[in-house]
Amino acid sequence: MALAPTRIAMPAEAKKGDIVEIKALIRHPMETGYRSDARGQSIPRDIITNFVVTYAGEEVFRMELNPGISANPYVIFSTVATESGELVFTWTDQKGAVTIDRKQLTVTA
Amino acid sequence: MKPPASLAAAAWLAALAGFAPIPSHADDADHAPVSGSAFLSPELKAMQADDFANPGMLWVQEGERLWQSAGPSGKACASCHGEAAQSMKGVAARYPAIDPASATLVNLEQRINLCRGRHMGETPFGYETNELLSATAYIAYQSRGLAMHVETGGAAAPYYERGKTLFHTRQGQLNLSCAQCHVDLAGRKLRGDVISHGVGVGYPVYRLEWQSLGSLHRRLRSCAFGVRARQYDYGSDDAVSLELYLAKRADGLEMDAPAIRR
Repeated sequence: MALAPTRIAMPAEAKKGDIVEIKALIRHPMETGYRSDARGQSIPRDIITNFVVTYAGEEVFRMELNPGISANPYVIFSTVATESGELVFTWTDQKGAVTIDRKQLTVTA
Repeated sequence: MKPPASLAAAAWLAALAGFAPIPSHADDADHAPVSGSAFLSPELKAMQADDFANPGMLWVQEGERLWQSAGPSGKACASCHGEAAQSMKGVAARYPAIDPASATLVNLEQRINLCRGRHMGETPFGYETNELLSATAYIAYQSRGLAMHVETGGAAAPYYERGKTLFHTRQGQLNLSCAQCHVDLAGRKLRGDVISHGVGVGYPVYRLEWQSLGSLHRRLRSCAFGVRARQYDYGSDDAVSLELYLAKRADGLEMDAPAIRR
């Protein structure tokens, strides 16, 4: 499920040294693999396995996702504003399909 | 000594009756239906009101993209309708409505598909696909906070009557009508949940049980399943007629799509 819709909320600007709150949401069924359909056939597992965020080239957040995590996972984390740069959000599903979103953060003195 | 079974049963019935008197089947006019949002927990209300935390907004955002994206015909929704924020404002609050060309009642989903077929030369989106849900959510979102008002006269009258009949007819193995729960017992508990007034002002909604956005017809099918009745087909005349009746009951209520429901 490449190119799933994503939503990211974070300030566009921050002062150097500020703690910045970042919210990231992606649409994904996160099918556990433990459920069966109306005919009794098991529904195959379909989950995102990894979510990584880099800030100006440096990794600032990494998360491993498991079948117990709900559909459309919503993640909130924070980082310290150090320099102006791009945050790159990468979600990887179990088949290796990648969804990427980017946001610019401008840091003022 | 144990009391005779019949006495015990009578006492149990009396206790039951005393505990939960079943109100007489009241007329709709005696009730002022409220949006299902009124029955949400404070946490879910906050989640619904927060445009970022509300997962339904993922579909709205996708709908915004679809609005601009042209198909093989070279036309997008925006080619004719321009800015949705202006052209679609209040549109969802008027549906279901009569399609003048075919003189049949159509809901918002069917209107989107008619438009795709007639003006864009596209194939219709399937019911409950992410595409149709996204387009519907995006258009319904433009009517947020506006009052529902559907037309039930003229060509819509027979559909309205059909919807009203369906709403008040007992169905399924449990032999319940919509009205028995959603009029007589609205606001009371059904197991851990509160029974709503059955007004569809928040649709399409993000239901936690579904872990996804879903249409009103999906909700109606779930209800039919719950009373072990035959489920309405997606987009069937019966389902759209019932949708019209529900919309008329919601007359004047504010739309809050995409809402969150349990």
